[in-house]
This record gives sequence, structure tokens and C-alpha cells, in this order.
Amino acid sequence: MSWMASLRLTVAEDVLSVAGFLLLLWAGWAGDRAAKAIGWAAMLALVGAAVVTLPALMNGAMGPGASAFYGQYADDAFAAFAKLLIYASAIGCLLIAPAFFAKLGQHRAEYPVLLLLAVLGMGLMVSATNLITLYIGLELNSLAAYVMAAMLRGNERSAEAGLKYFVLGALASGILLFGMSLTYGFAGTTSFAGIHAAFHGPMQLGATFGMVFVLVGLGFKMSAVPMHMWTPDVYEGAPTPVTTFFSTAPKVAAMALTMRVLLGPFGAQVHSWQPIIITAALASIVVGALGAIGQRNIKRLLAYSSINNVGFILIGLAAATPAGAAAMLVYLAIYVAMSLGAFVAVLMLKDVDGNQLEDIGDLAGLSGQRKVLSACLAMLMFSLAGIPPLFGFWGKFVVFQAAVAAGLVPLAAIGIAASVIGAFYYLKIVKLMYFDEPAGRALGKSGWEHQAVLAICAAFVSPIGYLLTKWLGGLAAVAASALFHT
Amino acid sequence: MIGIEHYIVVSSILFVLGVLGIFLNRKNIIVIMMAIELILLAVTLNLVAFSAFLHDLTGQIFAMFVLTVAAGEAAVGLAILVIYFRARGSIAVDDVNRMKG
Repeated sequence: MSWMASLRLTVAEDVLSVAGFLLLLWAGWAGDRAAKAIGWAAMLALVGAAVVTLPALMNGAMGPGASAFYGQYADDAFAAFAKLLIYASAIGCLLIAPAFFAKLGQHRAEYPVLLLLAVLGMGLMVSATNLITLYIGLELNSLAAYVMAAMLRGNERSAEAGLKYFVLGALASGILLFGMSLTYGFAGTTSFAGIHAAFHGPMQLGATFGMVFVLVGLGFKMSAVPMHMWTPDVYEGAPTPVTTFFSTAPKVAAMALTMRVLLGPFGAQVHSWQPIIITAALASIVVGALGAIGQRNIKRLLAYSSINNVGFILIGLAAATPAGAAAMLVYLAIYVAMSLGAFVAVLMLKDVDGNQLEDIGDLAGLSGQRKVLSACLAMLMFSLAGIPPLFGFWGKFVVFQAAVAAGLVPLAAIGIAASVIGAFYYLKIVKLMYFDEPAGRALGKSGWEHQAVLAICAAFVSPIGYLLTKWLGGLAAVAASALFHT
Repeated sequence: MIGIEHYIVVSSILFVLGVLGIFLNRKNIIVIMMAIELILLAVTLNLVAFSAFLHDLTGQIFAMFVLTVAAGEAAVGLAILVIYFRARGSIAVDDVNRMKG
């Protein structure tokens, strides 16, 4: 395959990298004055990348025809589905950021550029069909993310979040890399197809070690228990728009990457990784549900909520079937909308002077003063808890259905039982908003960007979302079948 | 004769030292950065040793990517450390506790 043909397949990444460099020059030249314009330009680049990604999903691209740069990169339907989710959430995160940063006088031109580079890294992650591509994509994403967490330079908590994220993230990359080096040594190749061929029979001890180390590294990026300890601190300390970003796009990328690695190169070793995934899924659900109960900070609470949701998504992976993979993609799409909506609602909690409020107590009696905001937040909470008729229920339903179809009935049963524990703290928020004495603090007005993003997310998770089930399920099935095409 | 297993043993020891360096170190964050560097060097050694053993160049190419990214990672890490020091006035590990966790 020629260079040009490869470049045509990687056109979304080409658009993003060229746009990233140009915007970086613009940011360096014009400084923070141009921050807002650069943000819009970055959104335009993301829309462009989404448009050129779309055909791969619509055509159901898979197999050798979608493989670029000598098997380093795959532009298949699965990658396209994940990328569209990543781009959509990145656009949302760019849209909500300016109001937050401008209030603090910290609206920097680097923010859209870093976000664009992180998205580029995520695109490489979900398209990777070689360990080297995987590593480069992951690091491009992580390095940009560390800087974004420490974006509010003068703020102690933001700096601490950046530092913690960096140290633990670097440790996770190190563990992942060590696993990849062992995998390379025992398989004799770094290409996913080659590893799949090499690990067809029983694996040697060293290769098993390699696989487990890779899983630990990926588990950290997904914040699955027991590699979740960084999540609450980083989510609390990082600026809220950055936290919004962390809880949506990188989650999709890490989850899609894990699916590709476990079902691709290690696809013949399901029996050896399945127990690990089942344990991580159940532990994430339980820790996410119990950890959230005592939290006072809304961002910390949502961090535990995202750990909880990662557990449910992993149940689909434990099934290791095309139906399970499709269910995970559906859940991811719904999860992105719920998470984005919930964090935008947090961004909209401001006092009269426009200062951000993050304490749960500030939500008390919110329904009296801000009816629409509290209605949307209540809907998102019910959806996160998986209560029908909201769309969050559908995500949980398809995942459990796939698990039961794969014969994992006990796993599904425990998962359903644990989701009841999780419902407790979601409902607590609803109770606070609707039945408690008004705290009367969250009275500040919010901009149209926040209202628009919240409205879209709330509409998506509302029962209207069920109109999309067939369409979404169909696309997810096409995407998942690309993953199982060898 | 030094075989592949000797290299794996050495790199595993380096890797474990690096991980222990992160978790057992109670002094300052520079030491953590050094421990991270140790982990990445263990990986590089592993890759190069496997590459020589398998007569396959991919491992050495991978090692060069790892070295490059490690340099970038150290730069970003030190930059974050500088911001943290400006905001907090200390880089002791025990002082990184503004948020519980």
C-alpha cells in the first residue's frame, strides 16, 4: 500500500495534526487574546475530522482494506464509532470551557490546542493495530492530559491534580510498556495480528505476565478498580471543563483500546483474561457505589459515579462476544451524554457573583430557584442510576443481556444487585434538590453554551432517546463486527 | 555465556526497584521522577535484549520511541513540578495532600 493511500485512510488524524500545529502557531503568535477564536477553530477542525470519519462507519469498513501504514493503523468501523464519540464529547468540552476560564481570568490559548492534541492521541489509540502505535497514541493523549489537569497554574488544587495524575499516569504507562515488551519478546512481533497468531495455543508464563501488565496499564487509563485511586483526586482538583473532558473522551478511548487489545491480539486467550475483567467489573461497580456515598464534593461524587459506570461497561467486555462489544459501544454513547450533561450541570451551579459551587449542600432546594437546571440534573441522575424509562436504563439492559447470553448469569445478577446500591446516592441528590430547605446560593446565571449542551444531553438521556435505539444499536453492531473480523 | 534470561532478570529487578521507588519513597517528588525513569529504562533494556535475541529490528525501533517519549514525559513532569512548587512552596511527598485520597 502506498503512502498516499495510507494518508487517505488516516485523513481524520491528518486534519487534526495539521490543525493542531497551525493553532499552536496562532496561539503562540496572538497569545491569550485569541483564545476564544482558537477554540472555535479547534471545534471546526473536530467537526471536519468527524465528517471524514463518518464514511468508515457508514460503509462498515474492516479488514485489510482499512489497514494503513503496513498494518500500524486501522481505519475500520469500530475506530470510526469510537472516534465520533470522542470528537462529539471534545466539541462539547470546548464549547463549555471559555465561560469558566474567562471568569477566573485564565482563559489560555493553549487549552484548545492541548485538547486537540489529546484527541489526536485518542484517535491513534482506538485505531492502533500495533503496540508501537498504541503506545504513541496513549502517550500523546496522556501528556496533553497531564498539562490540562494543571491548567490553572496558580491554583494549588489544580497543580496537585496535575502532579498526581502525572506520577500515577507515568507509573501506569511504565507498567503497560513493561507488559508490551514482554508481549513482544514472547510473540516476536508488535503487530496485533502477529500476536494473535503467536498466542493461539496455551501461553507461556512470561507472555501471561505481559498480558496482565498490559491489562493493568489499560485499567488505569479506564480508572477501573483497583487502578482507580487517582480518579477522585484528579477529578476534584482539575478545572471543571477539564474534568468533564477526562470523564468522557479518554474513557471512550481507553475502553475502545482495551476492547481492541483483548479481543484482537489476546482474542484467543479469553479464558485467561476473563476472570480479571469480571473481578475488575464487579469491584468497580461496588467501590464506585460505596465510595460515592460519603462524598461532599460533587466532582468527587461524579468521579465515583464514573468508576461505577466503567464497571458496568466492563461486564460487556467479560462476555467477549460481538453482542457484548456492541452493548459496550451503546453504553459508552449513553454514558458520554450522561457524564457530559452532569458536569455541565455542575458548571452551571454558580453563586450570584459567578463563582463556581462544588459542595453537595449547595444543591439543597435548587428546584425552587432553577427549575429547568434541577429537572435536567434530576433526569441525568435517574439515568445514571439506570431507572427506566430514561435512556441510561437501556445501556445497562443491553450490557446485562449480552452477559446473560454469554452464560455469565451470576455476573449479571450481582451487577444488577449492586446497581441498586448505586441508585442510593443518585437519588440522594434528587432528594436534596427537591425536598430540602433551599440553600439559596446557586443563583448565578449561565451562558447559552452551557444551556445548549445541557439541553442536548438531557434530551438524549430522556425517553426520547429510545427513538434512537435501533439506529444506535445497528451502528454499534457494525462497529463491533469490525473488531471480530480477522 | 549471557543469555536472554539474564537480561530479563536484570530488567525485572530494575522494574521492581522503580515501582518500589514510587511507593516507598516518602521524601520528595524528584526521587519519584527518577524511579519512573528507572522503569522506562528497564523496559528499554528488555526491548533491546529481545530484539537481539529474536534477530528482529522492531524492538530497537520501539526502544527509540520509548526513549523519545520518556524525554517528553520528563519535560512535562518537571514543568508540572515547577508549577506545583510555585503554588505550594514544597515538593515533599507528604505535602501532596490538599485533597484526601
